[in-house]
Amino acid sequence: MFPAAASTAAPQVDALYVYLVLLSVVMTTLIFIAIGFFAYKYRRRSPDDPMPRAIHGSIPIELTWSVIPFLFMLVMFAWGTKLYFENYTPPRNTLDIYVVGKQWMWKVQYPDGQREINELHVPTGRPVKLTLASEDVIHSFYIPAFRLKHDVVPGSYQTYWFQATEPGRYHLFCAEYCGTNHSRMIGWVDVMDPVSYQNWLAGGATGATMSQLGEKLFEKYGCVTCHVTNHNGPPLNNVFGHPVQLADGRTVLADEPFLRESILNPNAKVVKGYKPNVMPVYQGQIDEEGLLQLIVYIKSLSQTNPQAIP
Amino acid sequence: MSTTLPLPETTERPNYLNVDYSWKSWLFTTDHKRIALLYLFSITAFFLVGAVFAGLMRLNLLFPDGLFEHDTYNKFFTMHGVIMVFFFLVPSIPATLGNFLLPIMIGARDLAFPRINLLSWYIYIAGGVFAVLAIVKGGVDTGWTFYAPFSTTYSNTHVILAAIGVFISGFSSILTGLNFIVTVHKMRAPGMTWSRLPLFVWAHYATSLIQVLGTPVVAITIVLLMLERILHAGIFDPNLGGDPVLFQHLFWFYSHPAVYIMILPGMGVVSEIIACYSRKGIFGYGFVAFSSVAIAVLGFMVWGHHLFVAGQSMYASMVFSFISFLVAVPSAIKVFNWTATMYKGSITFDTPMLYALGFIGLFTIGGLTGLFLATMAIDVHLTDTYFVIAHFHYVMVGGMVLAFLGGIHFWFPKMTGRLYPEMWARLAAAIIFVGFNLTFFPQFILGYLGMPRRYATYAQEFQVLHVLSTAGASILGVGYLLPLIYLTWAWRKGERSPQNPWQAKGLEWEQSPTPPPTFNFDVPPVVTERPYNYSEEVEVGGY
Repeated sequence: MFPAAASTAAPQVDALYVYLVLLSVVMTTLIFIAIGFFAYKYRRRSPDDPMPRAIHGSIPIELTWSVIPFLFMLVMFAWGTKLYFENYTPPRNTLDIYVVGKQWMWKVQYPDGQREINELHVPTGRPVKLTLASEDVIHSFYIPAFRLKHDVVPGSYQTYWFQATEPGRYHLFCAEYCGTNHSRMIGWVDVMDPVSYQNWLAGGATGATMSQLGEKLFEKYGCVTCHVTNHNGPPLNNVFGHPVQLADGRTVLADEPFLRESILNPNAKVVKGYKPNVMPVYQGQIDEEGLLQLIVYIKSLSQTNPQAIP
Repeated sequence: MSTTLPLPETTERPNYLNVDYSWKSWLFTTDHKRIALLYLFSITAFFLVGAVFAGLMRLNLLFPDGLFEHDTYNKFFTMHGVIMVFFFLVPSIPATLGNFLLPIMIGARDLAFPRINLLSWYIYIAGGVFAVLAIVKGGVDTGWTFYAPFSTTYSNTHVILAAIGVFISGFSSILTGLNFIVTVHKMRAPGMTWSRLPLFVWAHYATSLIQVLGTPVVAITIVLLMLERILHAGIFDPNLGGDPVLFQHLFWFYSHPAVYIMILPGMGVVSEIIACYSRKGIFGYGFVAFSSVAIAVLGFMVWGHHLFVAGQSMYASMVFSFISFLVAVPSAIKVFNWTATMYKGSITFDTPMLYALGFIGLFTIGGLTGLFLATMAIDVHLTDTYFVIAHFHYVMVGGMVLAFLGGIHFWFPKMTGRLYPEMWARLAAAIIFVGFNLTFFPQFILGYLGMPRRYATYAQEFQVLHVLSTAGASILGVGYLLPLIYLTWAWRKGERSPQNPWQAKGLEWEQSPTPPPTFNFDVPPVVTERPYNYSEEVEVGGY
């Protein structure tokens, strides 16, 4: 009745689920017993039975069976909301991993340079934050053993965080219908103890880290010219995680979605003191994996305050 | 000499069926009862098509590796959903039983706009032609939800044809709703006050509000979808500056209220049946009547509970979650009041009552599992799994289809002047109940175990539950075929029905002949008593 439970969220979701199941069983039983009892006790014994006398209703009774179930529902609401906020708000100091969904596979990149497809290796005992991006349609990143799911929406970054508890191999599913091989867009999550995880990391490194790959793209696409050399664009040191003043007077936080938008559609939010229409629009020029590498590189330029983004 | 020619069926008095047998008299009729039958035959045909797709899906799911090509399976579930939702469930009770009964129940000779009523059927058929065309030309694979950007940019199937079909059929729904609202307001017989309206009429009134206010939004959404797909307008496609989640907001703004379009009329039917076979007025008439309106109003404010995992603001989700719990209250009120109606009643278990009791049981389960999905942290795990499929079918099949079948049996003598074979009907009701539960209960478990929906293939460990579900679907299929056979037979050969075979209250049984004449009443009806007035005497200690 329960799938494997392998995250800190799983037992909490299960507990709430048990509350709901128990309440539903009690409720259903009460109604079924009432119906069964009335059906038996008040069955018409002969066609000549007299008409039963009318009972039109009762406001106290109506209020009772409206208010009491609603109080139980308020508990569901409060409990479910609290847990949802916890499960959807990543803590600080997470281990960051980057996931791109595309028809029909999951491509995973680690900051240290490992890459895999339809496999995700994570350690126990440490909060992990996945940044989810989609190359094409909406997907949904779903690990039943963690009781967590989040849609992967093209054009945006979504966040999926968890802390794994039990080493093992668990299903990874795409839960949002995405075309022909939707049911093959599946994989495995390998939860490992921290030592095995370190060994796996050491064995899988392929040379360049994500940040180094991002730096190469930074040069390839000519970003370096304006952002470093001639200062036609704002410098990017210590930008990530800090507030940025915009030309239109607003102040925004330089987080991953902001950087993504500023690369793809630079005129959407122009930094104060700089002119629009200077930077080319990179929409459609860089794939999602490259974008993530660029963003990891830009993040690495402001390691002085990595906690600024929760 | 002509006076010696025998008149056919001289024993039968003129009614809406025997006044004219020509094709023209059916295809150009403005009689709401004949239009109801046109709808009944059409939606039954679509139901059968949708059911065949369901059967093919269940066949595929017997095996973890599937039986059909992935694309084929994807088209099966899409066509099943599109046909069942837009061409069966939405028109099911309102356009058939509602069309037939609503004017008679309030003492009118027809709907307010009889020709618009006929137009609505033609529009429905036109929409249906496009849907069938989409199937014949190779099908659609987007899911009935048509999510962008898959539907707008990536699918290579006949999305436009299916979308046009849904778009067109929506107008038939709007016209039916409009007709009902005007009819209820303007055409009630003398004495038929709002507080004397049968609960069936209240439920249809609430349904009509949703149809008129909600359906235009899905029409707009579909137009945007087509603009995006044909002209790349950039509304939903992020590469063109659009927002794919916007589609979900627009789609569910109609499609969540639409599930109330699909269930409220069923609640109306159940209220009538429970009262009749308990020989008692509905306990808490006012609460049951207003709960329909409350559901219709609150139902417009809960669409965001489909987007808890879609990246919607957490605070928006919180509000949608709360209102989703609120809308559960009027639904619960109905269940409690139906149950209380049986208290100290005089209950018989004819087929319609069996369906009504089945409805209460299955709707209770369907409603309670809806609370799971309104609970955000649980929804995160359960959304887009088989739990949602099971929940939805408990409400739509366990609820609406059982109410539809109950209603068809209850008013079959009214519509045809014949009685159906009671033993066969009870047997079919039992088979449907068993088959339904065996099909869908395992899917709750599958869902919590993490089996995602819309999967052509699946992991080995889910097979046992899928086999159970398919076994149930086979039984359910037999259960559906039985009424189709014996009701068709009874229409021709069934025993003639007396005027009021169930000794039921209500204008349709008490003042309108069975089957009704073209204009419903021989004598203009007058209402002098409260609804469901089975007994003038009030129970001692009762209220």
